[in-house]
Amino acid sequence: MIDKTETRYHVLDRPPRRISDIILRWETILILLLGAVILFNTAISPYFLDLYNLADATYNFSEKAIMALPMALLILVREIDLSVGAIIAVAALAIGTMGDLGFGTTVLFATGLVVGLLCGMVNGALVTRTGVPSIVITIGTMSLFRGIAQVTVGDQALTNYPQGFLDLGQSYAINMPPTPLSFLIFIVMAILFGLFLHGTATGRRLFAIGANPVAAKFSGIRVDRLRFALFTLSGLFAGLGASLLVARIGVMRPNIGLGWELDIITMVILGGVSIAGGIGSIPGVVLSVFVLGLATFGLSLMNVPGIVINVLIGLLLVITIAAPIIVRRLMHKPL
Amino acid sequence: MSIFLKYREAVLALIIALMVVGIGIRAPAFVTPDSLIGVLNDTGFLFMMALAQMLVILTRGIDLSVAANLALTGMIVGMVNEVYPNLSPALYILVALIVGAGLGLINGTLISWLKIPPIVVTLGTLAIYRGSIVVLAGGKQVNASEMSETFAGFPKIEFLGLNTVFWLAALIALIIAVVLTRTRMGRGLFAVGGNPVAARYCGIDQGRAELFVYTVAGAVAGLSGYLWVARYGVAYSEIAVGYELTVIAACVIGGVSIGGGVGTVTGTLLGALFIGVIVNSLPVMQVSPFWQMAISGAVILAAVIINARAETRPDKLILPEARRAAARGQA
Repeated sequence: MIDKTETRYHVLDRPPRRISDIILRWETILILLLGAVILFNTAISPYFLDLYNLADATYNFSEKAIMALPMALLILVREIDLSVGAIIAVAALAIGTMGDLGFGTTVLFATGLVVGLLCGMVNGALVTRTGVPSIVITIGTMSLFRGIAQVTVGDQALTNYPQGFLDLGQSYAINMPPTPLSFLIFIVMAILFGLFLHGTATGRRLFAIGANPVAAKFSGIRVDRLRFALFTLSGLFAGLGASLLVARIGVMRPNIGLGWELDIITMVILGGVSIAGGIGSIPGVVLSVFVLGLATFGLSLMNVPGIVINVLIGLLLVITIAAPIIVRRLMHKPL
Repeated sequence: MSIFLKYREAVLALIIALMVVGIGIRAPAFVTPDSLIGVLNDTGFLFMMALAQMLVILTRGIDLSVAANLALTGMIVGMVNEVYPNLSPALYILVALIVGAGLGLINGTLISWLKIPPIVVTLGTLAIYRGSIVVLAGGKQVNASEMSETFAGFPKIEFLGLNTVFWLAALIALIIAVVLTRTRMGRGLFAVGGNPVAARYCGIDQGRAELFVYTVAGAVAGLSGYLWVARYGVAYSEIAVGYELTVIAACVIGGVSIGGGVGTVTGTLLGALFIGVIVNSLPVMQVSPFWQMAISGAVILAAVIINARAETRPDKLILPEARRAAARGQA
């Protein structure tokens, strides 16, 4: 018999969880933050806790939230897709053109998805074939995609859509409780993404790639294939976002979705996904979507101008990320 | 392809020269001395901002907040000018440098002290700086009519046909070239970006390097803010929106590696000039300005792909049979 302590390599058990670990867990911080936002808004405005107002508030963030899900997976594997806002423009261009040609609702919606998917495949192929960092590639494709929309549409707008298509974006998918289609899709997708990331082997592989892509490759994970799949997924969801957005606002201009990539990345980072890869969770991202969405809605109920809301969101991002680091520093004084 | 890497700056210069000739054939008005000097004058902002961004990228960082810094500092200097209309331009420049450097220092502190990834920090401060303009000015804008003669005139002063913006960019290029090649801090930036762990064992302080580059990037953005507002005669919250990506694009085209540790002053200047030539030639060629974005996107992709193909080495194959199979495949 060999005594355990005599073996040369001895793997330590996971250290017991301390209260501070649970308190400093990212999701806990977000839940507290969400509670604070809801309490504050309820106290400030009598219109906040109204079912229909809340349902309408989801319009403002659902498309971005849908696109945040694949973005979370990309950031988890140390990649990033800055071109999602531009993919919206290209997909919306295709939808608008098909609308001008008189196609019906199904074709228009599918057009957005297909064009988004193709754009995502372009990103994926460029990143995996060239080995150039995805931030560079997607800055390039961002200019290219939005440029295509600008060249084609110029200072015009595309506004011919059948009523059935507009209804998709402007009426409730379920009447009680009132739920817009985009919000419904977000909830369903969030559950699917959560199950995929936290419940399947492929989901675990994404964590492995994010923690160490080289080690993951040598462990037999097809890293590039997964990267390609994630960029394609991100493109597809940007296309979905484009279909929902065009249906909601009923117009396509070349600046549609401009700057969305930064809003979406803010959602993901506030959700606790580490930009260095390998850390993150779908519940975290969903919580951060609600924190940002409800905070924005509450502030706009108080008539705070949009750009001031941006300042507060920026502060929220920096403070939420900096605060736990400072607290940890104070608790574990350097040796 | 290896020629491209070895003489990449020469090749880039050649491509720009060919472009100028090509454009000249189609639109002779473009190659007159006045028009070419105009290109240099217009590209001054991009020259200096790209050089500062290069320093940041050298350390494996990125600064997305420079355009917002430019707009905020421009607004602050514009408001200072409303209160004190007759200061000398040197004082406006001083204010711009201090405000810009202060905003950059905030980035640098968060990045070097709290170790938050640069892209996260500057994404946050981008929103904060841009929004602060509206909060600060109460939603108003500063127009040319509210600017004093000395304030608005400074960027338009010309020497040898080239304006102050260009000459300041040239001065900054000179200073950065000297710092990068002749000082301990400058050499340290390459070390920090090339291999942070090795740099640390060599006694190079990564935190100090980061503090330095973000502060410099902020100062240059602030200076550009004053010049921009004075030159174009308006300060409001939307000036230079999205300009940070043009700046980064100039660096990428100029051969600065996003992975850190690789980049030169000449390359970055050529990258900026490349974009400057495209932007300025479209109107002369009567091409819709809407093409600019698509073209620069295609160019960035072409540049990085050519680069990557030249740099790619095949992965090392461990198993002997795989190596044989690869050799068969090549034969």
